[in-house]
Amino acid sequence: MTNQITLTIDEKEILVPPGTTILKAAQSVGINIPTICYHDYCTANALCRICVVEVEGARTLVPACVAQVSNNMRVRTNSERVIRARRTILEMLASSVDLSDAPDILAMLQEYQVDTNRFPEAEERKPSVIDDNPMYIRDYAKCILCWRCVQVCATDAQYTFAINFSGRGYETQIGTFYDKPIPETTCVFCGQCVGVCPTGALKPKKQWLLEQGLPPAEIVQLTRFNRSANSRCR
Amino acid sequence: MTKISLEPLMPILDKLAPKGRTALLPALQAAQKIYGYVPEQAAVAIANRLHVPLADVHGVLEFYALLYRTPVGKTVIHICADPVCAMAGADTMLKQTSRKFEFHGKHKDKTPTVTIERSPCLGLCEHAPALLVQSTPLVQPESYTWEDLIAGKGKKPRSIIGGDISILTANCRKGQIVWLEDYKAQGGYQALNKVLQMAPQEVIEEVKASGLVGRGGAAFPTGLKWESAAQSTAQPKYVVCNADEAEPGTFKDRVLMENDPHLILEGILIAAYAIGATYGYMYIRGEYEYQYQVMSQAVDEAKKDGLIGNNILQSDFSFELELRQGAGAYICGEETALFESIEGKRGFPRVKPPFPTTAGLFGKPTVINNVETLANVPFIIQKGATEYRKIGTEKSPGPKLFCVSGDVAKPGLYEVPFGVTFRHLLFDLAGGIRNNRTMKAALFGGAAGAFATESDLDVRLTFEDLRVAGLPLGSGVITVFDETRDMRDVLLRLAHFFAEESCGKCYPCQIGTQRQYEILQRLATSSLLPGDLERLQDVGWTMTEASLCGLGQTAASAVLSAIRLWPELFKSHQAH
Repeated sequence: MTNQITLTIDEKEILVPPGTTILKAAQSVGINIPTICYHDYCTANALCRICVVEVEGARTLVPACVAQVSNNMRVRTNSERVIRARRTILEMLASSVDLSDAPDILAMLQEYQVDTNRFPEAEERKPSVIDDNPMYIRDYAKCILCWRCVQVCATDAQYTFAINFSGRGYETQIGTFYDKPIPETTCVFCGQCVGVCPTGALKPKKQWLLEQGLPPAEIVQLTRFNRSANSRCR
Repeated sequence: MTKISLEPLMPILDKLAPKGRTALLPALQAAQKIYGYVPEQAAVAIANRLHVPLADVHGVLEFYALLYRTPVGKTVIHICADPVCAMAGADTMLKQTSRKFEFHGKHKDKTPTVTIERSPCLGLCEHAPALLVQSTPLVQPESYTWEDLIAGKGKKPRSIIGGDISILTANCRKGQIVWLEDYKAQGGYQALNKVLQMAPQEVIEEVKASGLVGRGGAAFPTGLKWESAAQSTAQPKYVVCNADEAEPGTFKDRVLMENDPHLILEGILIAAYAIGATYGYMYIRGEYEYQYQVMSQAVDEAKKDGLIGNNILQSDFSFELELRQGAGAYICGEETALFESIEGKRGFPRVKPPFPTTAGLFGKPTVINNVETLANVPFIIQKGATEYRKIGTEKSPGPKLFCVSGDVAKPGLYEVPFGVTFRHLLFDLAGGIRNNRTMKAALFGGAAGAFATESDLDVRLTFEDLRVAGLPLGSGVITVFDETRDMRDVLLRLAHFFAEESCGKCYPCQIGTQRQYEILQRLATSSLLPGDLERLQDVGWTMTEASLCGLGQTAASAVLSAIRLWPELFKSHQAH
């Protein structure tokens, strides 16, 4: 047990192995720290900052998903500072994108009593839906830039490298090489990006068509995939 | 897709190919030099030769403001519209230039012959309004015809240097570039010579004893940084010189580079020797094309003279240095974003820890120092830490460069010992406020800084005094605003800067810089909505507390300081 790290999270004393993140240490004693971009099978980037916690002695708030525990660390996961940051981040997020298809985030908005109209006259990101292949649609008006899709398409899973980023800052959007349609990219239609998307920005095309009330026969027609033709695409 | 010939690009790619992905930015820059932009075919060729996925090439192209994916005019003009240049009439210049060029071949379906870009600070603040014509800076642009302007004919800026002492700027005051022969004649490279007779740990001890701290803004003790990298066991180790100077109002590194390039090289070499690095990079911001050329020539001279390369000055010490050009991204001045950029990626800052001294460039132990920091090193070695400590104060030893611009009689670069008062710098050296006006405010530390007022005039310029006064020293920027200036416009421009320069990685900064900009647009047009002040404070606080890197953590600093100083500014319009 000499190798164990002792720390306090919300007044609870905890013993965990070194290298454990604050997020996992908290989970081990049933304290749930909210996350958005974090995914167990993706590289953690600490970019949504929803998981920030207060660590005694730290200048700023600390992202629990990547910050590792250290001896005698004192962590507060629900302090006033933490809540103010989380609420403001959620309010800003709600002012930017369409969260209607993101149940986990919608629950978070409730929990943190978020005023979804906190930022009137805010510029929203609402590009039109990209429907360029028979397998999935890309509705970037719902994209929260969690990076999961880009990561699973790259070294976190598939090594396909079909997508990356366009623009930067608030104008960032997930994009393809010179904005080419998906069938002209290296995409292998593995579907992993759709699987990890938390907001419905990436959606199976069949589901999307069903939601629009199209009859099954038409859906089959619209989602037929010509394998021989597409297999030659780069 | 327009057909292009890849012939001129291929020999360059042959040369860059063995380096792989780290050569991505140089390859894209080479392509743009040939075609004026990066055509799709060229991007494909680069991707194939450097073994970089196409989508990643796209991501990098899209990140950097100076890279173009579509054709642009034959002549590209960058006009700075940040506060200092705006006060000097940049908006009028932007409008007039744009109007002049409208009937200059800007037809439908045809690439215009001239492209005009509103640019972030170009580091020419003492010559405001600043503009670059095809990467060449010109001053007093209002005095030429537009034909001359496109042709790049006009007055080139010269360094304006003053101050109480002349240690870092001794060679900068000669009015011409100090090349190798001259540099050596002034005692240059003697510090390197001395260092080669010392053990690396002795060098580190000397730098530690000098009390030198980083001059890029973070003020981290340089000796400790070196020691930490020296103690890291992983190999190889790297030294990186951060010359991505882009904090609005800062131009000190530009002046050092364009006058005394070997001083910086000597500093880099000493750092490399101290930590045991055999390879290094100097990353110069893309807008500093001229300074890049000067540094390139100096590196060539140093290589020919056996100062860079194998067995430097017949010792066992070998070191290679590679110059890199940025491509228009303020965030790349953040150390880990700069590493990403050298590695051929988008300039996203990394999560810290791990810190650069254990896992920096290519994941290896790296010392990254600012240009001015390294420029202090030869003096410390040659004269010794004790002598160095006689300059400045106990807690802030050494000389410091201040970039003073805005509404002052004599804008320029001033070298002073730490400890002189703000009043001395402003009135005795920079000639006081222009046009016999009074000072409304001075922005300390650039866009990421905070405002000082007349009551701060007697504060001593040291780390310890400024901390007490609640003012950042930052990179040594002081931008002065006289009583007639509309601070709402100043804030709007600072907010615009951050909204443009946020990398977009973490939510607080990605969205916060945009929301901050929107609210300040309302402030500037007297159309604040009820609750806007509280919104501004929540956004600013959240960016400061929860952002991933220093950019986001300081993106609201000036705004929050303005709210504290002039609360009435944010309330007066709310009633409407």
